[in-house]
Amino acid sequence: MDRIEKMVMAIAIVLLVVFFGAIVVAATSYGVDVPTCITDRKPFVESAPPFKTSDQPLRYEVHTVARMWMFDPPEITVPPGAEIDLYLSSADVVHGYHVEGTNTNLMAVPGAVTYTRLKFDREGTYRVLCHEYCGTAHHLMVGTIVVSHRAMEGEQ
Amino acid sequence: MNAALKLPVEPWARRLVLLEIVLPVVLLVLGIYAGLLQVLFRAGVIQAAEFWGWEYYQALTLHGVVNAIVFTTFFAVAFGNALVPYALGMKLPLRWAWVSGIVMIVGTLMAAWAILAGKASVLYTFYPPLMAHPLFYIGAALLIIGSWIAFFNWIPLYLRWRREHPGEKTPLAVVGMFATFIVWLIATVAVAIEVVVLLIPWSLGWTQEVNVPLARMLFWFFGHPLVYFWLLPAYTMYYTMLPRLGGGKLYSDKVGRMVFMMFILFSIPVGAHHQFAEPAVSSGAKLLHSFLTFAVALPSLLTAFTLAASLEHGARQRGAHGLFDWIVKQPFFSTDGWMFSYLIAGLVIFIMGGISGIINASYSMNLLVHNTSWLPGHFHLTVAGPVLLAFLGMSLHLLATYTGKAIRLKRLAVAVPYLWLVGVFIFSWGMMRGGLHGEPRRTNLGMSYLNPDSPFYNPEWKLYVTVAMIGGIIMTLAMIAYFTVFFATALRSRTQQPAAEFPLSEAYHDEPVGALANLRPWVITAIVLIVIAYTPMVRDVMRGTFSNAPGYEPHNPAPVNQIEQLDTSP
Repeated sequence: MDRIEKMVMAIAIVLLVVFFGAIVVAATSYGVDVPTCITDRKPFVESAPPFKTSDQPLRYEVHTVARMWMFDPPEITVPPGAEIDLYLSSADVVHGYHVEGTNTNLMAVPGAVTYTRLKFDREGTYRVLCHEYCGTAHHLMVGTIVVSHRAMEGEQ
Repeated sequence: MNAALKLPVEPWARRLVLLEIVLPVVLLVLGIYAGLLQVLFRAGVIQAAEFWGWEYYQALTLHGVVNAIVFTTFFAVAFGNALVPYALGMKLPLRWAWVSGIVMIVGTLMAAWAILAGKASVLYTFYPPLMAHPLFYIGAALLIIGSWIAFFNWIPLYLRWRREHPGEKTPLAVVGMFATFIVWLIATVAVAIEVVVLLIPWSLGWTQEVNVPLARMLFWFFGHPLVYFWLLPAYTMYYTMLPRLGGGKLYSDKVGRMVFMMFILFSIPVGAHHQFAEPAVSSGAKLLHSFLTFAVALPSLLTAFTLAASLEHGARQRGAHGLFDWIVKQPFFSTDGWMFSYLIAGLVIFIMGGISGIINASYSMNLLVHNTSWLPGHFHLTVAGPVLLAFLGMSLHLLATYTGKAIRLKRLAVAVPYLWLVGVFIFSWGMMRGGLHGEPRRTNLGMSYLNPDSPFYNPEWKLYVTVAMIGGIIMTLAMIAYFTVFFATALRSRTQQPAAEFPLSEAYHDEPVGALANLRPWVITAIVLIVIAYTPMVRDVMRGTFSNAPGYEPHNPAPVNQIEQLDTSP
């Protein structure tokens, strides 16, 4: 290898190390991470709308079941600023769970439970799209997350 | 350019290679038509579940299986059957070569029947627990096994060549094809286990349920190296032929060998980067696979330099001067070395394919694009870029040289890759921009999101799907031009003696290659890396999976085994 080739190789390696370093920093310092393997929840077919698990005012838990061809519950309502522990399970085949306009992007895989934490600061209606082919009516599988102050009033 | 060395080929070797080239190109006609349907459905031009008897998801399955699995596998085998004996100066052993070809054809026909009959609309990733007809899985298994036989048939040739040529470097073309099939062999072992052990008994009703996370892990063990199986025959052409077609020499023979060895090392232990969004795989394993995916970007970055240096060297031999003159002085529109156009257009497309691939591999950043139309936008810049164009160019070259028929409509043949380049760039821009705005992949948008009568109508995507459709139509036109050239050449009468003839390049730097001379240490290291990368994956799948799943047909939300019980109960 001549001098230029060695230089190109060094530049390529440095470039890739910098890219990878940025990913690690994002994950460790800013908490930008991907779903992991959880073992404390069994797959479920009974859904649960947002409910409180602690005294903290804006903490909720949701159990969503994806099935051919709907999300159950089809719509959830939470107040702005809510932190939601989302547990996602599939009742039949593989589904996707993509909250439009966010980087909440999950797979519902039969046999295992997917977990992530959602947080919505602004009021609005967010669509949840199934983005994994799940059969004939896949293109009709859409859920909704409503972020509204009214969710708080309802509780009080 | 001097004429390349011509070597005679036995009639039955010739017929086999031609069969393995012509059959997939004929199937590709269907695959391209199915691709055109996709952009029309997605743009909302067709707002229906089916068009002329082809259901959207059925056509999508056919498009993926034919274009990405059948065409590519047949091509790689045919190309190896032609190039390996040529580069070694030996004859292809015919018996097992034909067994391989027949097994692959039988498998392809089985799977094609299942898809065309509408009994296997499970897409080309066939994720369980969606269940296809057993012949779909059996056909896929036979296609893979047939390709293994082809590879095993070359190994004794290579070993004999090494005995007869002690101390000589293995021809780079052979290193390239062996790297291709070593990656393929290791990777397909996993998908063969998925298909033969898990899915075939399950689809036949011998077992009731399947472990879905395990099946997905096995699939993606195969699914990413699959893209290197597509890419490496194209790389073989880039390293061994492109420099000569450009009028120069390969800048460095050693870097070429190093690149192929790196692909053997890093192609396989990267599967989890397709699984960032899913459960039963820990984030640590995902990060490790992400790291190894960055490692496999390295050989492509080196390739970009080496090929550019080779082309610059060639142009300077022809009098190019200054900084940029060599870029203009490439034989882009030469009809003599017409294959140059196919290879260079593919390389230009691959710049974008490679960059978007690094984005996909970037762990948490992947969540922004996972399963959106960004992904098909990306991989049409790889498999439908350098891979497709190199394979089309070489298919035409093999057709011409193995039949002894001069190519007809050569100017049209040279225009095809550039027309395709324009089409695929427009198409991918639409798909990728739409994806960043949440447009899902693999979805009949015309039935919902792009249908003004639907409650899910999303006008924001209208621009992106329309642009993608325009690109898709241009791509279809390019393919119509290609098929015209291909079949016009196939149907003319013979103009010269058939022979094997490949424009193999010499090397500019031809150094001794040391440890790169042997494949074995690299294969062993690759297996060690796979064990390191997949041990945590296996552990996660074991502890994160609580239950298995029964099968489902795509049109029915009730499990297959319950439907059967209903059918048989009085």
